[in-house]
Amino acid sequence: MSTPAEDVKPLAKKKKKVPFNYSPYVRGGKLPHIWCPGCGHGIVLKCLLRALHTTEISKDDIAMVSGIGCSSRTPGYVDFNTLHTLHGRALAYATGLKMAKPKLKVIVTTGDGDALAIGGNHFIHACRRNLDMTILVYNNSIYGMTSGQSSPTTPQGKISTTGRYGNIEPTFDTCSLAQAAGATFVARGTAYHFQELEKVIFEAMMHKGTSVVDVIDACPTYYGRFNKYKTPTEMMEKIEKEGTVSVKQADKLLPEELQGKLLRGVLYKSDRPEYCEEYNKLVIAVQAK
Amino acid sequence: MANNKKRFMQGNEACTEGALYAGCRFYAGYPITPSTEVMEICAARLPKMGGVFIQMEDEIASICAIAGAALGGLKSMTATSGPGFSLMQEGLGFACMAEVPCVVVNVMRSGPSTGFPTGPSQSDVMQAKWGTHGDHPAIVLTPASVEEIFHETVRAFNLSELYRTPVIILYDEIIGHMREAITIPGPGEVEIVERRVPSCAPSEYKPYDVQGGEIAPLASYGEGYRFHVTGLYHAADGFPTNNTKLIEEACHRLLRKIDDNKERIWKNEEYYLEDAEIGIFAYGVSARSAKFAVRELRKKGIKAGLLRPLTIWPFPDRAVEEMAGRVKAIVVPEMNMGQIVYEVERVAHGKCEVKGIFRVDTEPIRPAQIMDCITGNGSKPPAPNSKMAEMMVERDMLDG
Ligand code: SF4
Repeated sequence: MSTPAEDVKPLAKKKKKVPFNYSPYVRGGKLPHIWCPGCGHGIVLKCLLRALHTTEISKDDIAMVSGIGCSSRTPGYVDFNTLHTLHGRALAYATGLKMAKPKLKVIVTTGDGDALAIGGNHFIHACRRNLDMTILVYNNSIYGMTSGQSSPTTPQGKISTTGRYGNIEPTFDTCSLAQAAGATFVARGTAYHFQELEKVIFEAMMHKGTSVVDVIDACPTYYGRFNKYKTPTEMMEKIEKEGTVSVKQADKLLPEELQGKLLRGVLYKSDRPEYCEEYNKLVIAVQAK
Repeated sequence: MANNKKRFMQGNEACTEGALYAGCRFYAGYPITPSTEVMEICAARLPKMGGVFIQMEDEIASICAIAGAALGGLKSMTATSGPGFSLMQEGLGFACMAEVPCVVVNVMRSGPSTGFPTGPSQSDVMQAKWGTHGDHPAIVLTPASVEEIFHETVRAFNLSELYRTPVIILYDEIIGHMREAITIPGPGEVEIVERRVPSCAPSEYKPYDVQGGEIAPLASYGEGYRFHVTGLYHAADGFPTNNTKLIEEACHRLLRKIDDNKERIWKNEEYYLEDAEIGIFAYGVSARSAKFAVRELRKKGIKAGLLRPLTIWPFPDRAVEEMAGRVKAIVVPEMNMGQIVYEVERVAHGKCEVKGIFRVDTEPIRPAQIMDCITGNGSKPPAPNSKMAEMMVERDMLDG
């Protein structure tokens, strides 16, 4: 039995944890969101807002641009300069906006279909140019908004409404694609590892240049149902927890043990010149002539 | 102005000069014949002016980038031709729906598909109105000379800012690549319309609130007005709505904002039309042949006159209706297989005969072809009696 003094001591030492206040970032009257119960997108939004808070960038200086799809509904809920565009085209709009107003911190929220299929061309060219913007690919391996068709990240053998007998197409690895195309910050996180995700998004936003974060999250409504996952939690455990390994852990594992697993964390970083700055240099040089 | 020197300039260059004069400071584009010079000149000129030039990965990206830049506060433009214009249709629809001012130039070439890239045509005139899906407004301008391209480009920017809508400039390869004398006006000589920005507090700003008129002021991103823009049907605050009443009202308003102002958007040239018995309705390069034909016909004692729209959309209903009430017949020469002729027919509504002259062999419609149609020698391209005679006619035609 502990003495009263011992009881009090640790309690007094413990800092009272102030819960994170999301309300300054969420637009009044726009919630509840349209996402299904169990959808991973809400967790991504939460991590995104917490990371943005840590950057201390003013809300007036943040622009959030999206395409079409469940993930692309994100800008409608947040109190920034927000632009909900066409399917696949978010990066093209974002490029124009960033060049017109370089002081804006541009964040693009997109999905696996939006970024890698219909918007694939814009994705690789955005990475190549290396404009200072952060691209979050909410990657749930399916088209959610149109009710469950195969996407460029649907694993082979998995079921969708357009892959009823199992998908036969190979997948894109968002991170390898981004790195090969020239993105200067490439990372992966999952909705399950939400604390890690917040950190990775924060780092991505602090990076100067195009940063891509592949966020593995779950669409229980379609992907989960078609592929016999009983609950959203089971999906998160099987796909996000068991299906990924952090970069640190990976160092200690044998190649066989890494088979079929996606790496989490910051996968690549370089400091190639940023596009807006390069353009600015060009303008100064040309004007001096 | 003393320094307003006469210059010899290509149509595509005049387009760029007009854009810069109007305050365009952002160009995004993708190379395509026969519009590429617009882009190349922008690439040379914009950095010098502190503006932005960016070559995008395709035409889809180009139109999206200019809309993004417009929301960032810059007057923006792209230029393209045929296949590129087809690719831009979805982005045009977004700009209509989200009410983003921007200017799109389409230097028309022969189609469909790759067609004959270096050959002129006037076959995108319906696409310019109806290319993007859904009911939407359209302002489309059809200049017919190098000098006019300059002034119509300035007008395109002005209209796009006034009505918060994309404006299309349509001209054909001939005028785009033709060189003519042009006097660039000095600063302040031609009116430039600047964007109407909100004067209310950011917390009160609604990007689609039309209480103060049919067109709401437009803030720029990054200036303290944190607003939402979407291609979905939206309410006055910019956020999506599925309220059927609001959807209907929003669609009506989009169309109304152009329709109610069409008198201010319309611009026609009338040439010997007052006492005309035969009217010609022609735009772009075909109007140049038509003008020549009118003069020649008048010499022969035939009372012909020309109605030439510089605004083809909204369609100049009133002017055509008036003409139809006065003349016996209207002839519509166009370098396609018959597009605007049906609009003329719709408006003439049986008041007079309407006859089209079509040509798609990538050669311009000759004055003789129009004259023959009017004097009853058929509407087929004429077999020239002498090559020399026809060349002389053409030279005259280019003069005006
Ligand atoms: S359909 Fe899937 S991705 Fe879309 S909200 Fe529902 S669970 Fe999320």
